[in-house]
Amino acid sequence: MSVIPSAPDPFARDRGGPAQPLLSVSGLYKHFPVRKAGGKKQVVRAVDGVDFDVLKGETLGIVGESGCGKSTTAKLLMGLIERDSGSLLYDGQAVGERVMPWRSYRRQVQMVFQDSYASLNPRMTVEQSIAFGPKVNGVSGREAVERARALLARVGLEPKRFAGRYPHEISGGQRQRVNIARSLALEPRLVLLDEAVSALDKSVEAQVLNLLLDLKAEFGLTYIFISHDLNVVRFISDRVMVMYLGRVSEIGPSDTVLDAPAHPYTEALLASMPSLDPDNRTQAALLQGDPPNPIDPPSGCRFHPRCTLAEPICSEKEPPLDTVGPLHRVSCLARQPGSGHSAAPARALAA
Amino acid sequence: MLIYILKRLVYVTPVAFGVSLVCFLLVHLAPGDALSAVLPADATQETINEMKAAYGFDKPLPVQYLIWLWHVLHGDLGTSIATGRPVLGEVTRADINSLILASVATVIGFTFGTLFGFVAGYHRNSVADRAASALSVFGVSVPHYWLGMVLVIVFSATLGWLPPTGAGPDGSGNWRPDFDHLRYLILPAVTMSVIPTGIIARTVRALVADILAQDFVEALRAKGMDEFGVFKHVVRNAAPTALAIMGLQLGYLLGGSILVETVFAWPGTGFLLNAAIFQRDLPLLQGSILVLAMFFVVLNLLVDVMQTALDPRIERA
Amino acid sequence: MTAPITAASMALDGGVLSAGDTAPEAAFVPSRGFWGHVGHRLVRDPVAMGAGALILLVVLIAILAPWITPMDPYKGSMLRRLKHVGDATYWLGSDELGRDMISRLMLGARLSLFIGVTPVLIAFVIGSAIGILAGYVGGWLNTILMRTIDVFFAFPSVLLAIALSGALGAGIFNSIVSLTCVFVPQIARVAESVTTGIRKRDYIDAAKLSGASPLTIMRVQVLGNVVGPIFVYATSLISVSMILASGLSFLGLGVRPPEPEWGLMLNTLRTAIYANPVVAALPGVCIFIVSIAFNLFSDGLRAAMEIRQ
Repeated sequence: MSVIPSAPDPFARDRGGPAQPLLSVSGLYKHFPVRKAGGKKQVVRAVDGVDFDVLKGETLGIVGESGCGKSTTAKLLMGLIERDSGSLLYDGQAVGERVMPWRSYRRQVQMVFQDSYASLNPRMTVEQSIAFGPKVNGVSGREAVERARALLARVGLEPKRFAGRYPHEISGGQRQRVNIARSLALEPRLVLLDEAVSALDKSVEAQVLNLLLDLKAEFGLTYIFISHDLNVVRFISDRVMVMYLGRVSEIGPSDTVLDAPAHPYTEALLASMPSLDPDNRTQAALLQGDPPNPIDPPSGCRFHPRCTLAEPICSEKEPPLDTVGPLHRVSCLARQPGSGHSAAPARALAA
Repeated sequence: MLIYILKRLVYVTPVAFGVSLVCFLLVHLAPGDALSAVLPADATQETINEMKAAYGFDKPLPVQYLIWLWHVLHGDLGTSIATGRPVLGEVTRADINSLILASVATVIGFTFGTLFGFVAGYHRNSVADRAASALSVFGVSVPHYWLGMVLVIVFSATLGWLPPTGAGPDGSGNWRPDFDHLRYLILPAVTMSVIPTGIIARTVRALVADILAQDFVEALRAKGMDEFGVFKHVVRNAAPTALAIMGLQLGYLLGGSILVETVFAWPGTGFLLNAAIFQRDLPLLQGSILVLAMFFVVLNLLVDVMQTALDPRIERA
Repeated sequence: MTAPITAASMALDGGVLSAGDTAPEAAFVPSRGFWGHVGHRLVRDPVAMGAGALILLVVLIAILAPWITPMDPYKGSMLRRLKHVGDATYWLGSDELGRDMISRLMLGARLSLFIGVTPVLIAFVIGSAIGILAGYVGGWLNTILMRTIDVFFAFPSVLLAIALSGALGAGIFNSIVSLTCVFVPQIARVAESVTTGIRKRDYIDAAKLSGASPLTIMRVQVLGNVVGPIFVYATSLISVSMILASGLSFLGLGVRPPEPEWGLMLNTLRTAIYANPVVAALPGVCIFIVSIAFNLFSDGLRAAMEIRQ
């Protein structure tokens, strides 16, 4: 999805030029300590070494089963929880350091939460909720309210009717529009949508998705779109990242990843997705059982206990995230030349 | 279970130390000097210093606290400034009297409270239910020292049925389990029982109504269990909470007995506290408050452990 | 770019930006806000309204007492001691020093209300602040604050009140201070638990993302959500506070003679329970009525606030 030329210059605040990733994540780790019966200290490896870039103007979809670390990744990216290690580079500047303190980073990066009701203060009117951000950032009260009203109109909610309402007085779709308006109130460049449409009815979901696409074009936004719904991700994303047990298993252009997946896990995810088109149904094996416990993940490739291609080598060696095509990277020994996996392509072919 | 008890103990220990610290500091909140009440106004500086040294008031506060705590841990609560007798003995004697009164009041409160609570819980929105909720509002709203006065007015001053004050006919200050002494116990115990009656009635009503509304009761009835069988189930499920509330109420009554004991001149801790406050007998004040608060801490612990032991639904980790 | 399902659902989508998801729009009801709803429900509760009216009446009498008492509440007459209720001059009788009971009860409402309500008000402010801080900040600050509060919880409240005012000495100020110390931990504990429940809500995260300082978030986003439940809890304490405050005066630890205060009047009239029992019990009736009114009003308020959100 390219930036529409008629839009106001989206790169006005750009530093590193269009080729520099807007957000560059590397070596992100987050382990949560848990105490099991018996007093032994253990950790949940919620995010366990994640690297990816978000390109300017794109929509990066992040998919995976529940518990794969999507939401933890989102919270880490927003600084809502502290990362154990790893770095975030925003337009080339290290977030959390002097050049880019969290405060100024957050003015450029905003988030829309899944639960439209829980993410709005029940004691504040819609307008107050939207105006809160600009107000705490030094915009005068009247100006903030004006901005809130303009944004309400922009997300399709007539200010006269909606500005003074409380969250419980409007529908779920309307609430999510309010949440979107709030996320835009600080004029961010990157918006992180964490399951933002998952709780909505299908028809409402489609409207909100279209609204998101329009806003993206109008304001020159970049999206990170987290969802468990592959259809929605396919609709909105330019690139897709698949996560499994706190790791990236595959990342690449939507069409490539979702039509010709290289990782057996992506294949299985796609197969488990209901399709209306009989010709489109794959014969690949469905996912069996639940994902393993992230407290004690399997050795080697974390997917091997559920994988159809699993071989002894898979439980010994951790697969690196390897490039298999243009912009397409996969962490699977069966796709890695010279890995020792019987299905691995020959070294010469990959070169 | 053992692990649970140990955990509770670990949690209670710092609280107990905090309580001792508060009791200790209480005395130093007092305006003026702890000794000023007993020393003659024209005492020489030498006498004052001598007295201070004798009671240890000349040392810095933290040292005083540690010394005091050390003595307390060995069962020595100091000597009463007013009477010169050991505080522990005075407090123990008074505590026994108070405990008798509070226990009887708790038993009365528990009996009537559960009775009203069960009737109200079984027949929600009936006249009995209304009466029970009126009773519980009455119980928590009535100034019990006033209620004591009213009872004295009615049953002693007007009808002459029961004695108005004291613990017994001889005025000895010690209650004994015989008929004569029992007559002296009735009015204060009934007065004190009003609060626990109201609170227990309210709690039991909610518990019973809650249990009866659950699916398993329906299932028991469907299996053909008679009403008495169902009743037994309700009792078994309501008992842990009701007993826990009862235990805590005993502690509150003991701590709050001072007002009622004053009305009835009952020779308990309340009476002792009153004397300690107005004679500014600070070691006695400190000692009696410490004993009462510690009793409450231990009672809380026991209630907690008992409730956990009785109630299978509470996690014992 | 298009998957079958999305394509199908897109077809359902009429005007993209016409707020199409305004499900069959019901007749528009103007927003009342939370407190508007509570007030609306409260006025329909006859018991709470009756209790509220009674409280208002007592407050009015307390405020206007110096101008509306039929007689001088301080001037006694040893010849006219302990007149009975229904006396031609002394409508509600006279006390042990021959002072007019009704005038003293009216003026007594002032002090009784003042020493009963003030501790709860102060404790409401301090306790909420401590509880919200502990609940919102969490971590070690929470541990320190809440463990300290646990220590105060280890004392039964009557004992703590009497111990504190006993140590501080008699007087109105000391009695208010000790009762405040009794209620601060109770209110702080409620405030802490309510705040802890709210701290993890998404809207608090959203507020953090807007760059607001913790203080601003507590003031703007947290306070509005926790103040209701804490307030209801505080109103339920007023009745206890009235009883305890008058109890302290009854013991001689609060208001000092000759000021009229219900608890103190009850104490001084104890000597008269044989001569004139009805008059002796009157101050207690006043405490009881006001206390029950506060309890009923608080119950009504709690019920009115249990609104589906």
